[in-house]
Amino acid sequence: MRYIRPLSIEDAVGELAKAVGPAAILAGGSDLLVRMKGGFVEPELIVDIKRIGGLSDVTETAEGFRIGAAVPCAVLGENKALRKAWPGVVEAANLIGSKQVQGRCTITGNLCNASPAADSVPALVAAGAKAVVAGPSGKRTIAVETVPTGPGRTSLAKGEIVEAILLDKRPEHAGDAYLRFIPRTEMDIAVVSAGVNLTLDDKGAIKTARVALGAAAPTVLLVEEAGQVLVGSKLDEATMERLAKICSGACRPIDDKRGTIEFRRKVAGVLARRVAAIAYKRAGGK
Amino acid sequence: MAGVAVSTTINGDAVEYLCQPDETLLEVLRDRLGLTGAKEGCGTGDCGACSVIVDGRLVCSCLVLGAEAEGRKVETIEGMAHGDQLHPLQQKFLEHAALQCGICTPGFLIAAKDLLAKNPSPTEEEIRFGLAGNLCRCTGYDKIVRAVQDAANVMKGA
Amino acid sequence: MNFDPRFSGRQFASVGTRPIRPDGVDKVTGRARYGADFNMAGQLVGRVLRSPHAHAVIKKIDTSKAEKLAGVKAVITAKDLPDLTDGDAAMYDILDNCMARKKALYDGHAVAAVAAIDARIARQALKLIEVEYEVLPHVTDVDEAAHHHAPLINDQVFTEGLEEKPAKPSNVTKRTQFGHGDVHAGFAKADFIVERSYKTEQTHQGYIEPHACVASVNPDGTADLWVCTQGHFVYRQHCAQLLGMEASKLRVTSSEIGGGFGGKTHVWAEPVALALSRKAGRPVKLVMTRDEVFRASGPTSATSIDVKIGARKDGTITAAEATLRYSCGPYAGSWAEIGAMTAFACYKLENVKTVGYEVLVNRPKTAAYRAPSAPMAAFAVESAVDELAHELGMDAVDFRIKNAAQEGTRASYGPVYGPIGIGPTLEAVKHHPHMKAPLKANQGRGMACGFWFNFGGQTCTDLNIGMDGSVSLAVGTVDVGGSRASLSLVAAEELGIDYSHVKAIVADTSSLGYNDMTDGSRGTFSSSMATISAARNAIKILRERAAQMWDIPVEDVTWEKGHAVAKGEKYGNLSPLSLKDIAAKSGTTGGPIAGHSELVADGAGVSFATHICDVEVDPETGSTRVIRYTVVQDAGKAVHPTYVEGQYQGGAAQGIGWALNEEYIYGKDGRLQNAGFLDYRIPVCSDLPMIDTQILEIPNPNHPYGVRGVGETSIVPPLAAIANAVSNAVGVRMTHIPMSPPRILAALDAEREG
Repeated sequence: MRYIRPLSIEDAVGELAKAVGPAAILAGGSDLLVRMKGGFVEPELIVDIKRIGGLSDVTETAEGFRIGAAVPCAVLGENKALRKAWPGVVEAANLIGSKQVQGRCTITGNLCNASPAADSVPALVAAGAKAVVAGPSGKRTIAVETVPTGPGRTSLAKGEIVEAILLDKRPEHAGDAYLRFIPRTEMDIAVVSAGVNLTLDDKGAIKTARVALGAAAPTVLLVEEAGQVLVGSKLDEATMERLAKICSGACRPIDDKRGTIEFRRKVAGVLARRVAAIAYKRAGGK
Repeated sequence: MAGVAVSTTINGDAVEYLCQPDETLLEVLRDRLGLTGAKEGCGTGDCGACSVIVDGRLVCSCLVLGAEAEGRKVETIEGMAHGDQLHPLQQKFLEHAALQCGICTPGFLIAAKDLLAKNPSPTEEEIRFGLAGNLCRCTGYDKIVRAVQDAANVMKGA
Repeated sequence: MNFDPRFSGRQFASVGTRPIRPDGVDKVTGRARYGADFNMAGQLVGRVLRSPHAHAVIKKIDTSKAEKLAGVKAVITAKDLPDLTDGDAAMYDILDNCMARKKALYDGHAVAAVAAIDARIARQALKLIEVEYEVLPHVTDVDEAAHHHAPLINDQVFTEGLEEKPAKPSNVTKRTQFGHGDVHAGFAKADFIVERSYKTEQTHQGYIEPHACVASVNPDGTADLWVCTQGHFVYRQHCAQLLGMEASKLRVTSSEIGGGFGGKTHVWAEPVALALSRKAGRPVKLVMTRDEVFRASGPTSATSIDVKIGARKDGTITAAEATLRYSCGPYAGSWAEIGAMTAFACYKLENVKTVGYEVLVNRPKTAAYRAPSAPMAAFAVESAVDELAHELGMDAVDFRIKNAAQEGTRASYGPVYGPIGIGPTLEAVKHHPHMKAPLKANQGRGMACGFWFNFGGQTCTDLNIGMDGSVSLAVGTVDVGGSRASLSLVAAEELGIDYSHVKAIVADTSSLGYNDMTDGSRGTFSSSMATISAARNAIKILRERAAQMWDIPVEDVTWEKGHAVAKGEKYGNLSPLSLKDIAAKSGTTGGPIAGHSELVADGAGVSFATHICDVEVDPETGSTRVIRYTVVQDAGKAVHPTYVEGQYQGGAAQGIGWALNEEYIYGKDGRLQNAGFLDYRIPVCSDLPMIDTQILEIPNPNHPYGVRGVGETSIVPPLAAIANAVSNAVGVRMTHIPMSPPRILAALDAEREG
């Protein structure tokens, strides 16, 4: 086993591309080290990306925000501009694990770990976030929802690294929010979760909407029908009921140690309703 | 497996060690450096007993590789008191009997120190959520929360 | 010297104060040494290979590849722990649990172990051990296991306690029965009867410190064991017997202990570590991972309980009956028996009958967990009592007061009570402001009572007075939560000196006589009795030395407030001699001054508690939050009230976790699904409110200071108190613990759909 700490993304990609055995990218390590401890992965190469220039920065650009792959979630919560623009993404990122885990974990890691229950991913999907992928054949920018393809599996090719997450600049009257259900008040993995991102027109009616569900299917679900049902509404009770029903219906959950199919379906609808109301309020809706 | 040579700072002292690439900072502290104040309760970041502060960030040392400490500043429970002067949190944990078995105590103290550094006047709710990453099975947390509240008051007055 | 343990009603100077514990500074600075914090020169790392199967015949184990791996110093299997138990069935079960002999009986059962120069090599070596299993059908559910079609875990087990010896083997190892009167006649007199079945899932003590030890066997056959345990003397006996050693050759030192709650009363890995050390010829450190702690230490029973209680319109209970089935893991136990004894212990009943069935399942061996077996029985009984009060139209507290046991009541499990605290705790609850606080929508209040026996047992202490007058107190009961502070207070009290001059330690097995382990809430009760006895013995010597110094008869010397006092007008000019004065002269008056005590601490007073709990339930998700909690419990006499409160709060918190979220979840394959703190969800800080406590002091007549054990009773009422609160919040009677959100939501939906 080798541990390396490249200083450029090109070096990191190069090392990963030529690695013979299993290789792992280390940013926060809050998933990787647990899996190593449990004997589930035994990488021959660990590539620590934290010393690569720019990967530990949050930058505000003309297009919006660029969040480096090695930025711990705690840093997102300390960034006022990001919190103001994308409160839902930040609250989702700040729900992952404990304060201790917050000091290490990253949203890029959360995305690439490809757990259907990842907290930040439904919020990122609802937000329409993009991932910047660096690889042996150059860079590409893709929608975050195309990264995970199943539990623990991603669309990334050998040698590819997600180097940053991009979030758009916010228009007027926009709001996002994320809620999850956990049995305790902290420290649990989401049993089911929902993220909603809305923009409103000048009259307070919903202009665009994206709704995503976590822990409801093998990957985070973008429920387009749920977004459509919100458009044009001011979240009246009938719309809320339809939203809940669509979300419950869109779930393809499993029974496991964290919850039942029945429970996840039902609570997905409840959370969608509650989270839409929060996002709507944040967007300035009344 | 090739060892990784690491130069770091622990509780203000320059420290050098050689560790395996997959060895955690917790293993390095406990097994190589004899700093056994950080405890392994789970090894998966779920209990907080191994809490340390690295470059001002509270982390679980079981979820940090020893190799990652290169050039960092690590603070552990062994560095919390100044000489024979206990930190106010340590003193208040004693006075309030905020420990029974005491295995979680080093982790709680480090986490509480980090909490008060970032928020000197936390509400009860902020303390409870701020310390949610530290499990205690003996106390029901009541006396821990009170000790942190009391220490916060003392530290503000200081 | 004859020791009089009777309660004397004295005034206290030290007892009842709240000083800082003697081991405190070490624990806040990280210096305290727990099980895994000890190392020896040349130490190896031990690791255990565990069965992935719930039930399987071990056909063959090939360790040859592991043995050849560089850095591996010993590999052992059951062959290296030969059966020396000589027909002692209980010891054989312990041996088999430490290392499976013929069959693996649960997911996590040890089948082999290695000692290597580091953890990585040890892990690699485990992968090189080849075990051939023949997988057998398994059963993990207590009700399914009791069924006659269930896969048999041990075909030599025939149910004991039946009138006729059964013809066929069974997973039910034993039937026990308690009670008096005629329940049939009693139910015939009842105007209202509540009859229900309840289930509770298996929980773990959840101590934060995994089991850890360092074992060192020397070529001359002597050995040292450093270990986190609740009872190092018991560990010594068990390890010595299993390894064929003389007990005195094995010195066991109890480290600081990072929680036990009953789970560190049994040997698990220690005999394995000793066997590895013996084979390798080097010290071996063996530390369980958290995963191993969950899979292979000793959780509590899962249960299935039927309760029937009848009452007249005036609120008098006419009869009460319960049938209790408790899982034991794969080895015989007496868990249902204890449940059957405690079930109705709070009440004065003319007609009562309880029947317990011990059931074998393919789960880890059940171990004690804080008032073992009582919380589940109390959940069932106190839920039914609440429901019956509701049917009668009576207040839940008043109904319990009307039927509460009192001094002179014959307990449902046999004995007649002395002065007890159930009535006073109920009265205190009735008048507690918590009971009158307003509740909001979706909130409900519940209350429940709990009982625990408390144990006494064999105890030995040494009290040595230094020449500077300071006192060293060596006790043999492991300090699990502040007992060194309370025992120092007791020594100071009895000697009449200041707490700061007493230093208590827990002595190792070679330095002190045998002590039973710290269980049954006995630590402070029994060791304080022995400490008082030792102090009185020391005082006798102090008086003799003073008499010698004064050259007067010892009969004329009394001991008052830390001083020898010469009694009688003729000694008017003799100033009292302090303990320090006498100690300073000890070298010339007869040598060191000490007091020793060896006794069986009888008369541990029974303990009762009543808890009040407010919850808020989210009717759309089934999520439950405890928003207020109050514990009222009888302590007899609170020696160090802060640590008594700590016991009340800690037990309540564990009960809250059990009631709402904690459970062992097994897959269809018989494997444990949630062997970690991520998915075995013990309460975190933000889950709980402050836990208010009220200490009642109804003196135990059998202890000089009136002390009763206080450690365990607090976990008994919470399951029922929370179930009653949830029921009052949402109008649905919850009968399955834990009341996890999916269970509550399913119950609410079933109710809504009619």
